[in-house]
Amino acid sequence: MSKFKKKTKADTNIPTSALPDIIFMLLFFFMVTTVLREQEILVEQKIPQATQLQKIQKKTLISYLYVGKPKNTSLYGSEPRIQANDVLINTSDIVLWVNQEKDNLSEAERDQIWISLKADRDVKMGPISDIQFELREADARKLMYASVGRVENN
Amino acid sequence: MGKRGRMSQEVNAGSMADIAFLLLIFFLVTTTIASDKGIMNILPPKQDPNQPPPEVELNERNIFNILINLNDDLLVEGEFRNSTDGLSDEIKRFVLNFGNPDEDAVALFNSLPPSLRGMAEQSPESSDHPMSGGAVISIKTNRGTSYETYLEVLDEVKKAYFEIYGERVGLTGEEYRALTGQSAAEKELMDRGKENIPMAISIAEPDKIGS
Repeated sequence: MSKFKKKTKADTNIPTSALPDIIFMLLFFFMVTTVLREQEILVEQKIPQATQLQKIQKKTLISYLYVGKPKNTSLYGSEPRIQANDVLINTSDIVLWVNQEKDNLSEAERDQIWISLKADRDVKMGPISDIQFELREADARKLMYASVGRVENN
Repeated sequence: MGKRGRMSQEVNAGSMADIAFLLLIFFLVTTTIASDKGIMNILPPKQDPNQPPPEVELNERNIFNILINLNDDLLVEGEFRNSTDGLSDEIKRFVLNFGNPDEDAVALFNSLPPSLRGMAEQSPESSDHPMSGGAVISIKTNRGTSYETYLEVLDEVKKAYFEIYGERVGLTGEEYRALTGQSAAEKELMDRGKENIPMAISIAEPDKIGS
């Protein structure tokens, strides 16, 4: 019996010295992939689902417009608003905003700008079509309706 | 050196894993893996107010009408329905109808794989040919239509086209959609897929009634 006990004692010691290394590796992975949100989202964002998603390869070309009901309804009302960068803007300011975003790009890339429209699923088509109209005015015609993937049930 | 010296030389690394775990969990929770994915759409160029939009003569049979009202009900080719199920198959059949093909369209038809050729019903009430000016999908919404339903319909239309494109080059719609066009081979596949079958999706100005 005593012989048996001795043997198990030697075997139960799992070497854990490599554990911190593994954890650190994971940690670094997440630190590198994390994009800390540089701006606060002031509107509600329940991104709609879709199946036919595509990806834009060059992320620097993307500018984001957030559309949805303001989170702070006492301050901004309950109608859907547009957020660009970190302020709420009106539909009429979109042209100006697009031109500012275009100025941030290099000369050659200016007409390749993509607008990613992150709209809440409860927004109606009225404000969306107003935004589309303004984007056409601003000649930023590449629009992406941001959406999250849905698993097809068939 | 004695036993004591050796003891003090070792740094206590046992809690290192705990600290790392704590940090790891922090980053796990705060991470939102940025997904820049979505449905792409190219808007039409802006209209010149002095110049009326060019009148394009299109036969009614060449337009696949999808109307969405403010209750998110659909009217597809004059037929009422309340879900988008099966819409993409109908669009596929509409686009590949080849009801009245001209010479170029016949050449296009002959270049298609048999699986797509089999979809051509050649019905005189459906589209003439899938080339430009032949088959147009028109989506018209109301200002009160929800964005979600609109996107659902657009999703179905895109699906139909991606499946056609994919099948032309021997891929599934899924695989075709994942092509990035960054390598020459992928670009060639993409061009071959959509050659002569443009994604003709017309998104009309929404109605103002009832909003």
